[in-house]
Formats: sequence, structure tokens, C-alpha cells
Amino acid sequence: MQTPPRLFDPHLYRQRLRRAYRQQPADFLLARAADDLADRLSVITRRFPNALDWASPGPHGAEVLATSGITDHVIRACPIPEAQGFGPWQTVLCDPAVVPFRSESLDMISSLFALQNVDDLPGTLVQLRRALKPDGLLIGALLGGDTLHELRTVMVEAETLCEGGVSPRIAPFADVRAVGGLLQRAGLALPVTDSDHVIVRYNTLFDLVHDLRKMAASNPLVARRKQPLHKQTLIEAARLYAKKFSDPDGRIRASFEIIWFSGWAPHPDQQKPLKPGSAQMRLADALKPQ
Amino acid sequence: MTQPDPSSHDHSAPEQAGRLDPKLLEILVCPLTKSSLHYDRDKQELVSQQAKLAYPIRDGIPIMLPDEARRLD
Repeated sequence: MQTPPRLFDPHLYRQRLRRAYRQQPADFLLARAADDLADRLSVITRRFPNALDWASPGPHGAEVLATSGITDHVIRACPIPEAQGFGPWQTVLCDPAVVPFRSESLDMISSLFALQNVDDLPGTLVQLRRALKPDGLLIGALLGGDTLHELRTVMVEAETLCEGGVSPRIAPFADVRAVGGLLQRAGLALPVTDSDHVIVRYNTLFDLVHDLRKMAASNPLVARRKQPLHKQTLIEAARLYAKKFSDPDGRIRASFEIIWFSGWAPHPDQQKPLKPGSAQMRLADALKPQ
Repeated sequence: MTQPDPSSHDHSAPEQAGRLDPKLLEILVCPLTKSSLHYDRDKQELVSQQAKLAYPIRDGIPIMLPDEARRLD
């Protein structure tokens, strides 16, 4: 069996999340995604007796499930005990990459910002799909695509300039097309993806970095450089950021791309495309102006 | 039964025993082998015979992290 490369350090992620919870965690992206989740669920008329909130860093998604009226029983799988929140759910501590639920045991799974930090996203999606009953729903959001592209650019430039080389600073992110393909590969039917671009404005790069810490989103990579960043490099990066990515009022822009995905565990009654050649009328007739 | 179980004095969270929802217990499996787990009420552990690991339950929360599990010999 081929093992995927180790990119992310799960211990480090838990440590970072614990640190974020010791202060006031920055949860504005989670709150936004949870609102969005509530909207997306409101158009689904089915009920899901057993629902799981998978490894989200905060309880916002579990709160949506518990109050949405679409489920009777909510399980919150969470990465650290501090993040379980308070609500009518059962908490289980889990590693976002390893799913401890019996196959075909859940009616729906939602997950907010848990899956951008797993080494083997296709493998984790397969595990989640297997935990779903036939016609069960997987829906969630992860950070992807263009997220923090400004920071990536200025860090590369500043490190090259001040230290004569670059080191991995920003995690690689999946793009929205790739996530669609992965859903299909994981055996999910009717896959849908879309993305929500969010621009957050800060006074300086230092404020952005401070917020990333409070989101437990500091560099999670195994191959990160272990020495602290030189002060000079950071100052240069802040200068470049302000020069390249600021608005007329001087505040800097940080991009986050929230990739939404959903898919259903296959069931014979789901809608399917017809077999090629089975059409009863010509497409040309259907398209002809009346 | 009104008599406290004497064997329950030597572990840390006897009052949590039985708090685990049987419905949850039914659907939890070993994260590594996906095999069934045996609930050890006294030790407050979920035991995976196949992986030879015992996952602790702390404050009623099953800790399904392989690196926090106790190795069985």
C-alpha cells in the first residue's frame, strides 16, 4: 500500500488549537461558515436521525445541526476537549484524518474547516463516505485555493531577500475543481462544490499573523523550518505586504477561499443520468425555436 | 443495586460510568482497524482486540486517538 506523504503534523495542530482556546479563539470564518451551513441545510426537506459534526475546530456546526430541526441526535467529533462546546450532543475526541465510526451508521456528516489539514484527503473522504448510510449526506467546508496567497507571495520574497532562500510557510491547499474530483473518487454521488471568497482587512501583517494564531492556523507543516523567523525578514514581509496588497486607506487584504462540498452516499433511488442513446426525442427538436 | 461497587474505587471517574450513550457505543469502532470495540466499564476504556489498543474514556468523552490509547500485551 502506498502511504501518502506526511505534510501535516496532527500533534502540532492540536497544540495550536489548545493555544488558541487559551485566549479568545478567532472564529469569524467558522461563524460565517456555520451561517452558510444553516442556509444550505434549510433547503433540504429530508430528516437525518443521526448526524455527525466531523472534527470542526469549534462547535458552531454542531450548534447548527442541533437547532436546525433536521436531526434527532448529534455527535460532535472534536480535535481537543476544549473545543467541544456546550449543547445537546455527544462528544468524541478524534483525529481529523481517522474516522472511528461503523460503516453505514450515520445519516449525515457535516464538517467545517477540518479537512484542509489532513495528509490523505481522498482517504479521509472515503472513510467518511463509508460511515454514511445509503443516501446519507456529506456536506462541509475547507480552506482552499487562493487562501493566504498574498502572505505566501510576500514571505517567499522577504525570505529570499533577507535569508537567501525560502522555506515552506503556507500549507498547500486543494482547489475547488480538485475537491469535486475527490468527492467522486471517494464514491459520493451527486457531488457539488462551490467557493466563497472572503477578504479580511488588517492594519498590518502582524495583526494577520496574530489572528491566524487565534484560529490555530499557524504553519502546520511537518517540513516547516523549526528556527524562529528573523525579525528582519518579518519586517521586510510586512513592508512588502503593505506595498503590494493594501487598499487606498493603507489596510492590507488577506484572502480566504472557503470551498464548500457536498455529496451523497449512493442509493438506487437517486437521480441518475439516462443511458446514452435512450432519448425519446431529438435534442435538435428540443432546442429549435418555437 | 445500592451498594457501591468496591472495584470502582481505584479508577478516576467512577461517577462517569454509564454516562456513555449506548447509541454512541454501538456505532464507534477502532479508528485504525474499524473493528468492534469492547466497553470496559470499570477501567472506562474502549478495547480494540484487533489493534491491541484500549482507548480511554475521560469525563464521558471517548478519546479515539491511537496515540493516546493504552497498548495491550
